[in-house]
Amino acid sequence: MKRFALISIPYFWLLALFLVPFLIVLKISLSDTELSIPPYTPQLDLAQGWAGVKEWWAALDMENFVWLTEDDLYWKAYLSSLKIAITSTILTLIVGYPIAYGMTRAPDEWRPTLMMLVILPFWTSFLIRVYSWKSILSNEGLLNQLLMNLGLISDPLVILNTNTAVYIGIVYTYLPFMVLPIYSALERLDESLLEAAEDLGCSRITAFWLVTMPLSKQGIIAGSFLVFIPAMGEYVIPALLGGSQTLMIGKVLFEEFFANRDWPVASAVAVVLLLILIIPIVLFQKNEEKQREAGK
Amino acid sequence: MKTTMFKLGTALALIASAASAEEVRVYNWSDYIDEALLEKFEAETGIDLIYDVFDSNEVLETKMLAGGSGYDVVVPSGTFLQRQIVAGAFQPLDLSKLSNHGNMWDVISTRTAAYDPGNAYSINYMWGTTGIGINVGKVKEALGDDAPVDSLSLVFDPANMEKLAGCGVHFLDAPAEIIPAALAYIGENPDSHDPDVIAKAEPILTAVRPYVQKFHSSEYINALANGDICVAIGWSGDVLQARDRADEAENGVEVAYNAAKEGSLMWFDQMAIPADAPNPEAAHTFLNFIMDENNMAAASNYVYYANGNEASQKHLEEDVIGDPAIYPTPEALKTLYTTSPYPAKVQRVVTRLWTKIKSGT
Repeated sequence: MKRFALISIPYFWLLALFLVPFLIVLKISLSDTELSIPPYTPQLDLAQGWAGVKEWWAALDMENFVWLTEDDLYWKAYLSSLKIAITSTILTLIVGYPIAYGMTRAPDEWRPTLMMLVILPFWTSFLIRVYSWKSILSNEGLLNQLLMNLGLISDPLVILNTNTAVYIGIVYTYLPFMVLPIYSALERLDESLLEAAEDLGCSRITAFWLVTMPLSKQGIIAGSFLVFIPAMGEYVIPALLGGSQTLMIGKVLFEEFFANRDWPVASAVAVVLLLILIIPIVLFQKNEEKQREAGK
Repeated sequence: MKTTMFKLGTALALIASAASAEEVRVYNWSDYIDEALLEKFEAETGIDLIYDVFDSNEVLETKMLAGGSGYDVVVPSGTFLQRQIVAGAFQPLDLSKLSNHGNMWDVISTRTAAYDPGNAYSINYMWGTTGIGINVGKVKEALGDDAPVDSLSLVFDPANMEKLAGCGVHFLDAPAEIIPAALAYIGENPDSHDPDVIAKAEPILTAVRPYVQKFHSSEYINALANGDICVAIGWSGDVLQARDRADEAENGVEVAYNAAKEGSLMWFDQMAIPADAPNPEAAHTFLNFIMDENNMAAASNYVYYANGNEASQKHLEEDVIGDPAIYPTPEALKTLYTTSPYPAKVQRVVTRLWTKIKSGT
């Protein structure tokens, strides 16, 4: 009984915080928009008992999902988000891996300080940090002033309100999520394996590719998911740093919800986004399991 | 630990006592009142005033339609108000509790009656126009002394926009204001709800899109004041705030506002009481306080927007009541147009068109 209670706690949280909200969103995505409070119909009327439930069930339909296939805006926005999320995940990995690697190579007494430095930005509000990038990247911003004073450029670089600014913002914001899992994977690495590789004739670089990289794979995968998933649905960073030509699904979702007041279509967009994210992750994990079993 | 618990306990007790004392929660646009008025209200009535701000009608509307916002007074614009009344978001005003209601100005209340029949649910707080803000020096430099600064051709004629692009042009990120303006420019009915007519705005806007630096509804205030941009389609009072900021900074930037001679949108921000307001009694007290002629004049003198309160006009400063950009002359008033809310299907067409214009998709 005790054991059952212990296991049921995490399941209860999963149920309350993930499954129930998802079912509510799914239900709204099958509704129709209406000018009322709340702005969709049908409403479940429990006072009418079973007949009310039946009536409610009959009024739900897939219309909004059909609508998503009829306008190319949604597919283009999904694809564009996918491209931005993949590119920024790769960029974050390129920047983050050397940082994590450097941290594990640093003397033991430095590590807590280095770890602190990676986490420190979280103490400032995310919104303020993204806003401050505006003043760095703008035409009269710090970066352009610096480059122009150094004489490297004569006209200011236009970075703010472009996709480049969005990539900078995403890589900056999510860098700690990439660094920390890779760091914890590398920290567990057994030094003697590298010595053995070198004893067997590997150069330091080949030893890195053949030993260090594969052993930090789990960290890389965890870090990539932690960056890719929020980047895919990102709204704040493209809204503040991107231009009006930056097409992302988060922005489309916002417009459906706020400008069109169409909660059902907004919910349908969100459900599809969730499926796009979950299906590849589940397939990936299945594949991993298979490989692990084959390895045994 | 014990002390924390104790403090928490006192805090909760304080919150509880505050809830039992009378309070009113007001949700208004940002930078839209003289804060001294808020203190005056508390001193005069003994009611605690909790004052929150928002910066877009869409955010307010989402709160209203979700229900249970907890606010006693909110300030939607006319078209949004109309839709929210239909949705049942507001309660009718009790005129017996509004002794200052006679101060209201019929010129405005006849117009707001189009959104709120009989003005049964709302009072006018401020009104203004959507027009063109310019940096006088830079526009003359780009287009010469006879630049059409009071015409929509300044922003919708690609030949003019090409020359202005170098010094920077911003448009409001508000399809319900820019699309009617484009329709007014080509002589169509700006309040059209016909998707075929609305579609005629597309080529006009697409042709000038490459020269628009940004679509944004508040950044242009600072950008105009600093001289970063030279033209903005914006709201009257906001452009005038930019003018004042430039004056104060003494940076040599001269900002001016003109309504368009082809017609400009006239909009109204209306104070209303949500149907589920926790304290409608105090909400009426607040509305009555705002309708006091001295209080309303103080608010207008502070934010540079015209109000719908005729009695307040004798207390307005000369640079407010005497400025035709704030209080248009009777002839100019005739050229102003109003719009009505788009039905849901047409709203979708408008939003989609706007996305297409902005992002090219």
